[in-house]
Amino acid sequence: MWAFIAKRLFHLIPILLGVSLLTFLLMSLTPGDYYTVLSQNPQVSPEKLAEMRAKRHLDRPWYVQYYYWLVHAVQGDFGESIAYKIPASQLITARMWNTFILSFCATVLAWGVAVPLGIWAAVQKDTWIDRLCALVAFLGLSIPEVLLALLALMFAYATGWFPVGGSQSAIYDIMSAGEKLWDRLHHLVLPTIVLAASELAGIMRQMRSNLLDTLRAEFVTTARAKGLSEGRVVYKHALRNAINPLLTIFGYSLAGLLSGAFIVENIMAWPGLGRLTMEALFAKDYELVVASVVMATALLVAGNFVADLLLAWSDPRIRLR
Amino acid sequence: MDELSTIPGKVLFQPQLEEHAGPWRLFWRRLKRRRIAMIGGILLIVLYTFALLAGFLAPYSYERQDRERFFHRPTGFRFAHGWLAVPRYEQVTGQFQYRPVPGDTKPLRLFVRSDAYRFLGFIPSTIHLFGTGDARYPVYLCGTDQFGRDILSRLLYGSQISLSIGLVGILLSFSIGMTVGALAGYYGGRVDNVIMRLCELIMSIPGLYLIMSLRATFPPKLSSTQVYLLIILILSFIRWAGAARVIRGMTLSLRERQFILAARALGQTTWQTIVRHLLPNTFSYAIVAATLSVPYYILGEVVLSFLNVGIQEPDASWGIMLNAAQNTEYLRSYPWLLAPGVAIFITVLAFNFLGDGLRDAVDTKTAA
Repeated sequence: MWAFIAKRLFHLIPILLGVSLLTFLLMSLTPGDYYTVLSQNPQVSPEKLAEMRAKRHLDRPWYVQYYYWLVHAVQGDFGESIAYKIPASQLITARMWNTFILSFCATVLAWGVAVPLGIWAAVQKDTWIDRLCALVAFLGLSIPEVLLALLALMFAYATGWFPVGGSQSAIYDIMSAGEKLWDRLHHLVLPTIVLAASELAGIMRQMRSNLLDTLRAEFVTTARAKGLSEGRVVYKHALRNAINPLLTIFGYSLAGLLSGAFIVENIMAWPGLGRLTMEALFAKDYELVVASVVMATALLVAGNFVADLLLAWSDPRIRLR
Repeated sequence: MDELSTIPGKVLFQPQLEEHAGPWRLFWRRLKRRRIAMIGGILLIVLYTFALLAGFLAPYSYERQDRERFFHRPTGFRFAHGWLAVPRYEQVTGQFQYRPVPGDTKPLRLFVRSDAYRFLGFIPSTIHLFGTGDARYPVYLCGTDQFGRDILSRLLYGSQISLSIGLVGILLSFSIGMTVGALAGYYGGRVDNVIMRLCELIMSIPGLYLIMSLRATFPPKLSSTQVYLLIILILSFIRWAGAARVIRGMTLSLRERQFILAARALGQTTWQTIVRHLLPNTFSYAIVAATLSVPYYILGEVVLSFLNVGIQEPDASWGIMLNAAQNTEYLRSYPWLLAPGVAIFITVLAFNFLGDGLRDAVDTKTAA
């Protein structure tokens, strides 16, 4: 098992390197930089501008810039955000945590609802419950996150039950610890639901079809022939085998989850990595963009890693490969 | 066989029609049985016809502003003159609220003359399907937006962008994905290794982060035609990787089959073998995957335009129209601004219906 973990971890290195290289290349192709705006300012002399550019190696070719960036990044220093004037890693840590919290809660909610619903639909195959679940799944798969997020905002605005966007109230800083926690949770509810809704449908359909496939297997017939109760057959024998392929889906769904979080963050003003990326792109703060794209990829790759571990843990055949 | 069955007086067996049906006929027969796929297909035909005839169906041009009626609510109908009629609305002073004037109506007419457009894109015309022909009695079936433009007309014109982007997108990404995937699978070795690592790299960056970074490498202000092509390029650049990986997997198993060996033994070039013999065997997968990935392009355009880096005003696309709904104040008071969201939802639903049915119809293992 340890050899497997080490091997998988080793695989992560070229991916992260490749992603940072690709993002860096893209950012160097981008027209203009943060100082282009400053150069319009008559109070800033061209010499001063050139000096500032040189300090950040912006006057050098992109691969030299990448080299400097990489050397620092390996030491945990992702450069300084030009717009915020603080180290990028500081900004990123806070935002990454927010994105993680949002994605994590959405995953828990989606799986917590989807798996039981999928099982229920499979057990009640071809009844109105199954049909209703199928319809809801289709609606959930088809409703764009943009629309759902807007509807959620509208709902919050109309009822006043939930805050309209953001992750904390204006008076957050003067709250007591308990109030702070409650405030954060209160802000988390709607974004989580929006993000979970689109994930939910896919997982539910997968769970249903997996369980139906397993119920057709011969060991299930054997279990029934032994005279076991239907409940025991489904929940004890079939379900355990049907859950296994879902772990693969878990890995795949993470990419969609992070892209979904990107949309939700931008519409519902949730200060996560996606929003930071957009802000940094508009401010032409490219070191920050590279850092946040790499970190978002790291989140995804880490999630996939966890999915792989779960899969290897549940299916010994994978460990041997 | 035929000789035997036609011996007079001795009908040995009745030839069955089923046996003559080719794979496509069988596929079509299975598809027809999926009611939900048929609903999706018909919906899509209707939507694409609407997009094609947008100029004629839309009562106004997409950029015509009614400066007296910002945020006009959807027009209601009255029964007058024995036919549908449109009431005149007057503005409640100082607000974007309008109420119908009792008794003051104008009959709705068909084939009225209004803003100029090009029918099917090249025939100049001014005839629209419906309208009142009087600017004081406008027909705004879905209301107007913050510039006083008819939302229904913009929806129809916008569908030309939003609906075509998916078709062009899958054509591009699947032709790249299938070619590259087939080459990787067919040659194997180093070619395969390099291509697959590249695919993994592209697929390991969360989609929208990569899309936005790619978008940033181009100037922010481009004409809508340029942005349109750019969006397709960017979205396809990311999407081909997934298709290539699956096609490669299929090719790996197909190339060991006898018919490929036979094709090569007959002296077909590598290219001929791949295009004529290998790729057709992956079509059933490709058609299903392509149908199910059209929504990705539609939603991609929506997100880019919604975040102000896609199609620009005053041009109409579903994404740029939803952009107005970003303002929570607008959203609450004028919920009809969400109409493009509903249009996107219906389109994506139709593609999912059709794609799901196609997948079942392609799958020959379950009973036909």
